[in-house]
Amino acid sequence: MAASVYLRRRIVNVLALALSACATLLGLVFLAWILWVTLKNGFGAITPRLFTKITAYAEQGGLSNAIVGSLIMDLMALLICAPIGVLAGTFLAEYANRTKLGATIRFLNDILLSAPSIVLGLFVYVIVVLPMSNLTHGNVSFSGFAGAVALALIGLPVIVRTTDEMLQLVPGTLREATLSLGIPQWKMTVQVLMRAATSGIVTGVLLALARLAGETAPLLFTAFGNNFMTVHPLDKMESLPVAIYQYTNDPSPDLHAIAWAGALLITLFVLALSLLTRMLFLRHKVRYD
Amino acid sequence: MLTSSRSMFRLGALAVFIAASLGAVSVQATDITGAGSSFVYPVISKWSASYAEKTGNRVNYQSIGSGGGIAQIKAGTVDFGASDMPLDEATLTKFGLGQFPDVIGGIVPAFNVAGVAPGKLVLDGSTLAGIFLGSIAKWNDPAIAALNPGVKLPDSRITVVHRSDGSGTSFNFTNYLSKVSADWKAKVGEGTAVNWPTGIGGKGNEGVSAYIRQIPNSIGYVEYAYALKNHIGYALMKNAAGKVVEPKTSSFQAAAATADWAHAKNFNLLMTNAPGADAWPITATSWVIMYKQPKNAANSKVAFDFFKFAYEHGQEQARSLDYVPLPASLVSQIESYWKTEFKQ
Amino acid sequence: MPSSIATSTPIDADQRSRIDARHDAWFRGLLKFCALLVLAALLGAALSTLWGGREVLFKDGFHFLTSDTWNPVTDDYGALAPIFGTLVTSLIALVLAVPVSFGIALFLTEIAPTWLRGPVATAIELLASIPSIIYGMWGLFVFVPFMAGIEPALSDTLGRLPLVGKLFEGPPLGLGLLTAGIVLAVMILPFICSVMREVFQTVPVRLKESSYALGSTTWEVVWDIVLPYTRSAVIGGIFLGLGRALGETMAVTFVLGNAYSITSSLLMPGTSISSAIANEFNEAVGIHRSALIALGFLLFVVTFIVLLIARLMLRRLARREGN
Repeated sequence: MAASVYLRRRIVNVLALALSACATLLGLVFLAWILWVTLKNGFGAITPRLFTKITAYAEQGGLSNAIVGSLIMDLMALLICAPIGVLAGTFLAEYANRTKLGATIRFLNDILLSAPSIVLGLFVYVIVVLPMSNLTHGNVSFSGFAGAVALALIGLPVIVRTTDEMLQLVPGTLREATLSLGIPQWKMTVQVLMRAATSGIVTGVLLALARLAGETAPLLFTAFGNNFMTVHPLDKMESLPVAIYQYTNDPSPDLHAIAWAGALLITLFVLALSLLTRMLFLRHKVRYD
Repeated sequence: MLTSSRSMFRLGALAVFIAASLGAVSVQATDITGAGSSFVYPVISKWSASYAEKTGNRVNYQSIGSGGGIAQIKAGTVDFGASDMPLDEATLTKFGLGQFPDVIGGIVPAFNVAGVAPGKLVLDGSTLAGIFLGSIAKWNDPAIAALNPGVKLPDSRITVVHRSDGSGTSFNFTNYLSKVSADWKAKVGEGTAVNWPTGIGGKGNEGVSAYIRQIPNSIGYVEYAYALKNHIGYALMKNAAGKVVEPKTSSFQAAAATADWAHAKNFNLLMTNAPGADAWPITATSWVIMYKQPKNAANSKVAFDFFKFAYEHGQEQARSLDYVPLPASLVSQIESYWKTEFKQ
Repeated sequence: MPSSIATSTPIDADQRSRIDARHDAWFRGLLKFCALLVLAALLGAALSTLWGGREVLFKDGFHFLTSDTWNPVTDDYGALAPIFGTLVTSLIALVLAVPVSFGIALFLTEIAPTWLRGPVATAIELLASIPSIIYGMWGLFVFVPFMAGIEPALSDTLGRLPLVGKLFEGPPLGLGLLTAGIVLAVMILPFICSVMREVFQTVPVRLKESSYALGSTTWEVVWDIVLPYTRSAVIGGIFLGLGRALGETMAVTFVLGNAYSITSSLLMPGTSISSAIANEFNEAVGIHRSALIALGFLLFVVTFIVLLIARLMLRRLARREGN
């Protein structure tokens, strides 16, 4: 009797563990599958022309203006949403953890997380593009800056959420030890807690970057797009996702290959950045732990 | 952390500095902006590239959709809009806008039926409407068989594929079906997006052609260039004159030539179901929309110059992308419209 | 600072604590300002959709909520089909992604050899960094034909079952609610999985070891010790994934089939709120545009309700545990 119960438990255990290994395999298969398809379709189109030619519709079009535009807007978006997001997340974790205001903001942040990106783009159109157009009599309307604001709105809730969670994982003993030394709270927050949670906060910023780097819909009504090269943040600006979107809508198979190549560039960019940062922070961790 | 916050500060200062120095450079005055229809995006982009080479003026056109183009020209954020649907008299007067056609293109029924070769299927308006209504549900339906003697049609269900996104292509296609089928007009009607009685929706020409290729016994509609470049089988159509025509440049041009532009105020005319003997029945154009009294007269002048350039020198480029240039008579009519209606 | 423990320069210390207090207040103010910006962003976005959709919402809001017709020609709009599609695809995504994420987290925290954990965890997180338009293109060109290949098998096996059979009827088109749900599941998997893995690691080792000492198997330790200990955070992670699934646009639009219909079969095409907006917004004018923006507002409302339910469930769980 006892032996049979034991046998049953052993079988359940082995089954569960085998299933979990299968689940992991499944996840990896999907990753490999998607990366392989992107690579297969886009690799052939990765030529020098991709980086030297603009998207103007000559047969020999490239993506140079889109790459530059994406870099500028993604970076500006991060410069806007990373500080605000980290500080807001810190407020939630350290100053408003058990308050009504904190609970409300945390709740609304979660809703912002799932807001459709096109709606956020429209919102930025109303609060940035139209006022700028009216102020400058139509000289500045859509702009790379407006695009960056829209992207920042997409990245913001991700950063707030992760910063909040990562700071809450920092043990309370660390806070008590620091405060008992007479160190003011702001110093403790910046120099002790944030440092302890750096790896997690950076992960949050990277997740935000991953999410905003692939966004198309909010850029159409904010950055608009530009067939020519521009680096001016107040100019209408091209971006990789918008270029991909235009190219996939075109009948020519050549342009489809360029679209896949553009998609590959976005993925590689995000992957490289996250691997690099992870490597840097793994070293960091070893040094401080 | 101290060092990293210091470097963060430096990074921020650098960004502010870059932004400020860039701000000193003024935006070039000869850059003009247009927005709207995705139908004309490839050809306007191509014209823009060669126009920039010739004059140095840069025309930045983005396909944000006809609705977007109309909204943006009304808001004054762009110099011209482009729409696949003409604006009516009242709207044009209310906002002080004028409109004129830019280029012509064709829409073709595309299908995937094993054993039926591309170009070997003949349809007429009421049959097409029946298929898209769902009342003709199988390929060997008598209505289809009667039009295709000698073609072996399978006894299988038809899967209808339509556009899921709002589009000028759908607008012209449903406008044609409304003209030729009272049933369609009563039950569905016309629009950039309609309440489709049956079938599945693919996003863009891309999505529709992908589904047609993937799903056996399917039928949909795509822009001509798409069917051509993606090697999808397209059907021939029996036109208003009762003649079976093939979709090609000459039949699109025939439709444009036989349309009654002379009596269409503000060029408010759709070329679907055109009367000519050789006219392709689902031929479409899109309209450029501009202010008659523009806020920025200099930009507006460049825009007119650009379209003049396109009418005169852009024909080859239009043909290479499987569009059809406007007939000469229409171009001269447009140019006199510019003189009388727009302040230049 | 009390003067009794002040050292040789009591005034300095006093001054310093005053300065510190002032800095603290400034810092706190700055943080609060940033947090309020988040609040303003959401309220602004939500109110702008409410304003943009006023023509439809305030004219006949009840009809908009309860009708399943969507007819831009007659300007007759009902949001039922998009709401249905959004909820069903998100539910499918959760049903598939939660057990798989749990399996992966279990594998990564309890089973895998240490050298394997880092690389596999990174690989799973990479799934989050693939842009959604790539999921869409992969779905359209590769996954839809794949599903068209296996759907007849689904209809023949699961479709024959008495109760769930209805869910698996219909022609094998490859696209539809099930396909969209699976693609969504792959997209939200890394979010749920990383949260689970993160919190599984916070379980005190002595708890697990006590259980092992009593003769528990690995599975029993995870099911009876680790999961109950981390339950609230795990549910939090699941709802993080759900939020992503509810609002996802591009990937869904390419594979959902975009038909405004409510069907009992998961193999049939449907539509979702965000894909309806993305599809029709560009060409929409007038009331049509207003209806689409009103849909955007509804998505805020749906998310609000879903998250509210999640919060209440969490609170009830916490109360039962006596926290």
